[in-house]
Amino acid sequence: MTTTREDFREILRLVRPGSRVLDVGCGEGALLDLLAHDKQVDGRGLEISAKGVAACMARGLSVVQGDADQDLDHFPDRTFDYAILSQTLQATRQPRHVLNELLRIADRAIVSFPNFGHWRVRWSLLSRGRMPETKALPMPWWSTPNIHLCTLVDFLALTDDLNVRVDACAAFAGTGPGRPINPSSPLENWRAESCLFMLSRATPASAATARELPPASGDLFDG
Amino acid sequence: MADLDMASSALNDGGTWRFPASEPLRLDSGGVIEGLEVAYQTYGQLNADRSNAVLICHALTMDQYVASAHPTTGKPGWWPRLVGPGKPLDPARHFIICSNVIGGCMGSTGPASINPATGKPWALSFPVITIADMVRAQAMLVRALGVETLFAVVGGSMGGMQVQQWAVDYPERLASAVIIASASRHSAQNIAFHEVGRQAIMADPDWRGGAYADHGTRPEKGLAVARMAAHITYLSEPALQRKFGRELQRDGLSWGFDADFQVESYLRHQGASFVDRFDANSYLYITRAMDYFDIAAGHGGVLANAFTRARHMRFCVLSFTSDWLYPTPESRHIVRALTASGCRVAFVEIESDKGHDAFLLDEPVMDAALSGFLGSVERDRGLA
Repeated sequence: MTTTREDFREILRLVRPGSRVLDVGCGEGALLDLLAHDKQVDGRGLEISAKGVAACMARGLSVVQGDADQDLDHFPDRTFDYAILSQTLQATRQPRHVLNELLRIADRAIVSFPNFGHWRVRWSLLSRGRMPETKALPMPWWSTPNIHLCTLVDFLALTDDLNVRVDACAAFAGTGPGRPINPSSPLENWRAESCLFMLSRATPASAATARELPPASGDLFDG
Repeated sequence: MADLDMASSALNDGGTWRFPASEPLRLDSGGVIEGLEVAYQTYGQLNADRSNAVLICHALTMDQYVASAHPTTGKPGWWPRLVGPGKPLDPARHFIICSNVIGGCMGSTGPASINPATGKPWALSFPVITIADMVRAQAMLVRALGVETLFAVVGGSMGGMQVQQWAVDYPERLASAVIIASASRHSAQNIAFHEVGRQAIMADPDWRGGAYADHGTRPEKGLAVARMAAHITYLSEPALQRKFGRELQRDGLSWGFDADFQVESYLRHQGASFVDRFDANSYLYITRAMDYFDIAAGHGGVLANAFTRARHMRFCVLSFTSDWLYPTPESRHIVRALTASGCRVAFVEIESDKGHDAFLLDEPVMDAALSGFLGSVERDRGLA
């Protein structure tokens, strides 16, 4: 899926070389492999499907069969520099809890999800009165694993609510590369087909950590 | 090294190692076994920097013949999917060690061995041993073979218990650990099944309070029943149904208590062939060791605390969907403890209807996972 690859490219840009990374919902380990190869990270994964985990193990990756809802709880605080949740938050039972857990076990969370505020989604609902089926949301309502869809603005509200700081944000549309955005800009909620956030705890302690770990390149939103 | 029997091939070696008198094995029970012997097999050769050694820990009724013919039954090695040319553990590349557990009956000191103090078999005067005692003996043997660190220690079932014990007691001597179809302690059901087996043995009049060797008898009936009961726990209900269903041995029922059903005949055969290669008292001692096994108990009841010295290690944990003897939640319990203690762990529950015995059988997903895991540990060690 091209959008996922763009997603990966953005994550590769954000992750500091040699860091400790947990990829939640790591599938067959493509991202972990990329991160290990390009950024020499100490990577671990969590994946729900046995097939995915077996493929990861065959690649020599340290991946545990489990899911974001249940298995993050067992990791000690701040085990990782980054916890990545790529296109999975909307499929978890308790997104709020999952987000909190990501930022408990890692200094930074990198979270991407399809934006339900994208104009195509709105148009589909408005014009046809049907649940949208778009590139970012390709499955019909009755088979989609997505049970907690949200818009970019919804997500921002949750980060406020959880007192979480947005360190970087990128938007994706079509098959193009990620575009750094200011998520508060009202237009972005129409334009972004999916978006990616890098988050950290907005506490003095984590702010200090954040200063120690500058992002790899100029990826802070330029608003 | 005393009593070293040189095997035919240089790649397959073995013998019996005797503990030096200056270093008797101290047991968890407080006892000491003087002059303890450990029988072992090795496959392949230790490389120049002694970094290619792996230890395989065997299950309850297995032995050191992991990849060579069993001297009693003539059957080939018991783990051909794991060990052999082109397999994840290959004698052409690895130095593979497998030893008979103490308390066993394939050459290591056990209840059937002669107690040097009396000149008679130990029988029930043999001290009760634990999984940790078995591992302590292995650690001494491995060192005697010139190996300080193992790149992996691998085991299924009771072998997986030994692997966990290695990671707790000797993490500095390990790079990785593979725990298959195992548990960190026995459940009530596990203990219950073992008790059935032990009672079957002890109810056999030929057991003679354990001193059957003195009387020239063997509790074969009791041991066979113990094996029959245990064998059911190694299989799954669907596998048993698929293999036998209600198929009869002959046309029609006997209207008696012969083995009418094929499953009865199969179990009787399992029991009868087992007594040819296993000692009844060894069965009592080893099942006891498994029942006593409880890693967390020695660490404040918190399993994660047991693994805090193993953070440099890599772990691979595997379970099988149809294993009801050591079901997946037992493996998950280990995985979560390893995660909580900060260890690197890979875990997958493999889809199989073959029950507990799946770890010894044709499971391509297990093969791929094991070769991937061991291969990456080797790359980390600069071996591949």
